[in-house]
Order: sequence, then C-alpha cells, then structure tokens
Amino acid sequence: MKKEEYKKLVKKYTPKDNKFENALIAFVSGGVVGILGVFIYQILTMFEIGEKTSTIWTVIILVLIASFLTSMCIFDKWVTKFRCGLIVPITGFAHSVTSSAMDYKQDGLITGLGANIFKLAGSVIIYGVISAYVLTLLAVIFHV
Amino acid sequence: MSSYTYNNVYLKDYYTLTSKLEKDGNLKQIDYVMEDYYFKAKTFEQSEIKMQQFVIDKILSRFNKNIDYIIGGDLTNQIAVTSYSVSKYPIPFLGLYGACSTFNESLIIAANMISKKLAKNILTITSSHALNAEKQFRYPVEYGAPKPERATITATGAVSTIVSDEPSHLKVTSGTIGKIVDYGITDVFNMGAVMAPAAADTLVKHLTELKKSINDYDLILTGDLGAVGSQIFKELLKPYNITLKKHIDAGEILYKKEQNLSSGSSGPATMPLVLFTKILKEKKYKKILLLATGALHCPTLVNQKLSIPAICHAVSLEVI
Repeated sequence: MKKEEYKKLVKKYTPKDNKFENALIAFVSGGVVGILGVFIYQILTMFEIGEKTSTIWTVIILVLIASFLTSMCIFDKWVTKFRCGLIVPITGFAHSVTSSAMDYKQDGLITGLGANIFKLAGSVIIYGVISAYVLTLLAVIFHV
Repeated sequence: MSSYTYNNVYLKDYYTLTSKLEKDGNLKQIDYVMEDYYFKAKTFEQSEIKMQQFVIDKILSRFNKNIDYIIGGDLTNQIAVTSYSVSKYPIPFLGLYGACSTFNESLIIAANMISKKLAKNILTITSSHALNAEKQFRYPVEYGAPKPERATITATGAVSTIVSDEPSHLKVTSGTIGKIVDYGITDVFNMGAVMAPAAADTLVKHLTELKKSINDYDLILTGDLGAVGSQIFKELLKPYNITLKKHIDAGEILYKKEQNLSSGSSGPATMPLVLFTKILKEKKYKKILLLATGALHCPTLVNQKLSIPAICHAVSLEVI
C-alpha cells in the first residue's frame, strides 16, 4: 500500500473532532472568564484608581487566580474540559508558565525552572513582541 | 529469516505493579497497586525507578536461583529509569529501547539466549509512567493539554518476568523480530495509525516464516493500537486473506469505557499488564500471539517534519 492510500485509510477510521461543540464550549467558558474580568474591573473602578490602572490590576488578578488554581492541581482539569475557553485568555498564559515551572522545579533553579519556565509561553512572548513592534511601526508610518 | 521457534523456554514468574487508574480499569489481579504517582519518591522519574526496583525485588525474593542477565527498558530518554534502577543489582544488563514493543523485544532476546543455552535464567523488566511520558513527549503535567478522541494515555506500571529453561505452565514457543515500518504519519495523537502497519507486517511475516495459520492461535493480543489502530490493523490484513478469529487490543481494554480516556492506553507496560493480570487470569486462551507495537516517536524529529517510524515484535505463548 502506498503512503497516500494509507493516509486515506487512516482518515476513514479516525474519529473526527466535533469542531462546533469545541467552539461552543470555548465560546461559553471563554465568555465566563471575560465576565469575571469585567466583574473584577468594575469593583476596581470603585476605588477610583483610573481606567488604565484598573485594567492592569484586572489582568494581574486573573493571572494570580489562574496560577494559584494551577498550583492546586485544579486548573489542568478545567483546561482538559473547557479547552480554548481557558487557554486563549490571559489565564491560559499564566497556566502554561506555572505548569512548566512545576514540572521543572526539581531539576534545579537555573537548569530546570529558569530554563524551562517559558517552554510554552516563550512563543507567545516572542511573537507578541514582534507583532506589537510591527503594528506600532505601521501606526507611526501611517499616522493612525 | 527472523523468526525462531523455542523448545526449552518458559516464563517462570511475573510480578505486576500499577497505579490506581489502571486498577479502576479492567485489570483483575494486580500484584501491587501504588497509592499515588510519587510512590514516596521526590520526582516522577525517581518514582518510576522505585517502581522498577520494587517489582525486581519482589520477583527476586521468590526466585532462589542465579539470574544470568537483566534485559529491559522504558520510555524515558537514554532509558535512564531502567539503567538507574538496575544499577542496584550486580547482574549483567542489556538495555533496550523499543518504545511500547520493549516487552516482546526483551522476551525474544532472552528466549534466544536460553534456547542456545547461553543462559539459564533471565530477568526482564519494563515500565512506563503516565506523567513522565507526558512531560517528555507532550506538555507539562499540570498543563492538562486537551487530547482528541484518537489519542491514547500512557499506562503507569512496571512488569518484571523471569524467563527460564525450567518448565512452567507458560511456554514461550516462538518469536519474530519485526522491521521498522513508516507510512508517513506525522500525527502524534494518532499512534494507533502509526503502528498498525508494523503490526500487520510482523504478523504476516510470522505466519509465513513459521508456516503457520492464523487459526493456530486462540488469541491475537496486540499491544497498544487503541480503538482506531485496531480497525486499521484489521483492514490492512484483508489483502492477505487473514481474518482474525479472536483479537484483543491490550490498550483498548485496559481502561473501562466510563473512565473516558480517549482511544485507550499505551506505553511499554500496557501489554504485559493486560496479559498477566487479565488474559492469563481468565484462563480462556491456550495459544496466544503477542504483537507488541512501538511508535519510535522523537519529538525533535517530528518538529523537523519527519514522520514517525513504528516497529512490532511477535512472541507466541502456550499455556500448558
């Protein structure tokens, strides 16, 4: 059997992911995270610390909550269930950093934790910085 | 010819250890069940070393003759777990890496040495640890990366056996060393599809070289093809006019359906665990062909867009 033929055979027997269901779960669970964010933001604005500071504190609190739940071995079970709804928001970023740190903490602070903490988040940071740089450059050139 | 028949090789004893997740599955009489994944060690890697030493200690304590060699391996890089665990014993050691086919690979080497009278008693060891595999091959353990339905879960367990020239109720009758088969699959979640062609290739080779018919066996036990791989395996045998009278995939039946663990179990411990704690305990089958399949998966080379090679070794057992 040729490789191409075999790929067709594999496709025939491989169960297809229910993309609609996955998207719906992510939409709802991601929405819940969003609502939580707005809720925290609204409370913070009551302290009259300004819009910008309130946003920053909202993000920090969400990161803290996610990291804490990861370290308590709760967040991974939620990620398995709710998938991208929790991975795409800032909670997913915090979770990826904390879970990597937990995996490598026994391998030494420098060679283990330090070297591996951004194993998953590294891509987000590097391409985030690059796209921010490019977009800012475009904004400057076109005076948007 | 890479098939051999044996007249004087027996499986004298075996000892099995698993975690609670496997105990809650379909396995019946496990010798020892761990309380948690740490097994009183500091890390998961060290836990797997302890698991191996535990089963070796147990099996050695009830076997009072000299062991000539230890043969075995596991899933970790440089088969570090096995090397570290075996360093406790002053016995010559051969380390193997055949991924999930390691158990059969060790049996074939041991059987060949014993049948040629190069050794009398050989201890085999193999293990896998779900969280070590997750960390090494996939994502951080606490990340809990979602898995698609076609994916398998690495079983946690350690199995040690003693292969001997002394007669016992379990005879090793033949073995076939398989070749690497690569059908260009790059999907790391679909190991069943990676390994199914290797299983089919080795089965056909085993039957032709030893001039046997598929009906000579009461049971064909494949390693960890999972639900998806098993279907492809049967499809691949159609051109050879081979219809499996009785086929069980160890990975598919290790966990219960209600445990909701995707396509089933994988890992070097899967097949020996199912064989020793389920199939043999049921006493339903006399002549069993073990097809242990291994996906020789390397994350680095898959990232470099190479496909995953697979291998399968066959061993036949007879319950006397």
